[in-house]
Amino acid sequence: MPNPANGAVTKPLSGWRRLTNLGATAFAIAASVLVIVPLLAIFVYLLIKGFGALNWAFLTQTPKPVGEVGGGMANAIVGSALILGIASVIGIPIGIGCGVYLAEYARGRVGDFVRFTADVLNGVPSIVIGIAVYSLIVVRQKHFSAYSGGFALAIMMIPTVARATEEMLLMVPNNVREAALGLGIPKWRTTLSITLRTASAGVITGCMLAFARVAGETAPLLFTAFGNQFWNLNPNQPTAALPLQIFTYAISPFDEWHRQAWAGALILIIMIVVAVAAVRITTSRGSLKGAS
Amino acid sequence: MTSPERTEESQKPVTSIPALAHAATERKAPAASSVLERIRDWKPRSSRLPDAVFKVLIGLTAASVFFIVAFVVWELVDKSRLVLHQFGIGFFFGHDWDPVNDQYGALPFVYGTLVSSLLALLLAVPLSIGVAVYVTEMCPVRLRAIISFLVELLAAIPSVIYGLWAIFVLAPLLREYVQPFLARTLGWTGFFTGPMYGLGMLAAGIILAIMIVPIIASITREVLSAVPQNQREAVLALGATRWEMIRMGVLRNARIGIVGGVILGLGRALGETMAVTMVIGNRPEIAKSLFAPGYTMASVIANEFSEATGDMYLSALVGIGLALFLVTLVVNALARLLVWSITGSTGRARA
Repeated sequence: MPNPANGAVTKPLSGWRRLTNLGATAFAIAASVLVIVPLLAIFVYLLIKGFGALNWAFLTQTPKPVGEVGGGMANAIVGSALILGIASVIGIPIGIGCGVYLAEYARGRVGDFVRFTADVLNGVPSIVIGIAVYSLIVVRQKHFSAYSGGFALAIMMIPTVARATEEMLLMVPNNVREAALGLGIPKWRTTLSITLRTASAGVITGCMLAFARVAGETAPLLFTAFGNQFWNLNPNQPTAALPLQIFTYAISPFDEWHRQAWAGALILIIMIVVAVAAVRITTSRGSLKGAS
Repeated sequence: MTSPERTEESQKPVTSIPALAHAATERKAPAASSVLERIRDWKPRSSRLPDAVFKVLIGLTAASVFFIVAFVVWELVDKSRLVLHQFGIGFFFGHDWDPVNDQYGALPFVYGTLVSSLLALLLAVPLSIGVAVYVTEMCPVRLRAIISFLVELLAAIPSVIYGLWAIFVLAPLLREYVQPFLARTLGWTGFFTGPMYGLGMLAAGIILAIMIVPIIASITREVLSAVPQNQREAVLALGATRWEMIRMGVLRNARIGIVGGVILGLGRALGETMAVTMVIGNRPEIAKSLFAPGYTMASVIANEFSEATGDMYLSALVGIGLALFLVTLVVNALARLLVWSITGSTGRARA
């Protein structure tokens, strides 16, 4: 409708403005595609090369000496489970405790300081944590062990678990706490059986994410768990881990080992994706139980 | 004790309009009289001891985070004392890395870390901001969740798998197609000359870029969503195009948070070990060409720490670890403060 009064509004866009608008849109779309492409490429290669090299022997045998075809990473899979088990047993309770402190006890400055330290710890390069744990445990014990590897990974889990726990606890409405306290339930019991319980689905999610994050960590294990070509179920001995084995095999000059590295990577990513998918399923039921 | 102040803090409304924010806080704050407070704080004798014990236990777990950080610092300082005494601050400016003759200079590693990380930032920052802008401002609602999920998935892939992929897929691709092209078109700059191995600084920069995109993108996305909707509407109402709206109404308001996200990505790039170690070529030299192999601080520790013989060698490696720790500490602290200034300390921003 031609109306001279609002001519400025109906005036068509100038060429330059139209062009920059189009250009910006095109760039944003291109950027999204460029970011997704490597992801798809990695998964496609993992599936093709990984499944090509995967067989029963890979899952049930220990590595064969160089030059022999066959063998597998059974000991590394079990070793990874052992190390991650140790890491979870140490890291998750401390992380949850720290999160409870932040959400339920910390006030003002002190809370911010703990939060900040946790974030600093989260940013410490994993290789540096490896060095520290090496000096603490390996040097004292004079040998590599699954304990030291698990401890290094536990340190890396703590900040993630702590922040996730804190976030989830803060989502629990105060009425729930007040209702429990009003019934005469002591604070510790309220925190453990009411607040934490209400937030449990979300807290579990946080723990799984932390687990998935450290499951693929290699750097801190290089000089703590160290790796092992043979079966080892003694946590006080050098232990093989899947990421370590992938690393060793990938930089080796042998084709057979390269093949196995791909298979190992596939197993590792399946472990992680299953963990993350489990997280998605639990969170889809809502991050809070009962209360909303 | 659970106090009303804490809830207020956690439920701080995201709005820049003071009047609204004020109204929101007022609505939530219950008028707690001192009598009620006293009743609330009264505890039966039977629960005093368990409560105190629980509080101490929880406090200990929180304190353990301090102890761990303090212990890491102490261990690094203590073990690197030897090399810092011998070479002083010159340790970080020396060119020669010659463990056989006990000569240690960390400059090639510092250079490799800086160059590979900056290269990664150069590639990752425009891409991440592009993705974040697309997801928050442009894309259909249905695509939004899918793209966010895929980008998050990128963060879940272990470093060692990136390295594996880079060795066997990315490096050959670079060697066959990208490097000859770059040498032809940009060879005159001096950054793209020399033998093309595929592996080298360029490959390290690219793989690092892929790895830090999810970090920068997710934080940028959060910061962009924190920009109030009425900012967008106001700019659009003035007749701006969508891009002008994004530039003036959104990016301008979010710039501090975006810078925070970028610095956080830098922190991750500086400390990244495995993928870089697998593709950078591991040669302690300083070369202008990005095709040449290099070495980073994290990779030299990964490669040589378990084989280091002699106290000075070990001390030199720990010294590099100390420098790496301090740099990432400063970088992360800076990023945290910037991001917190936007989303609040209990916000959902995660590394």
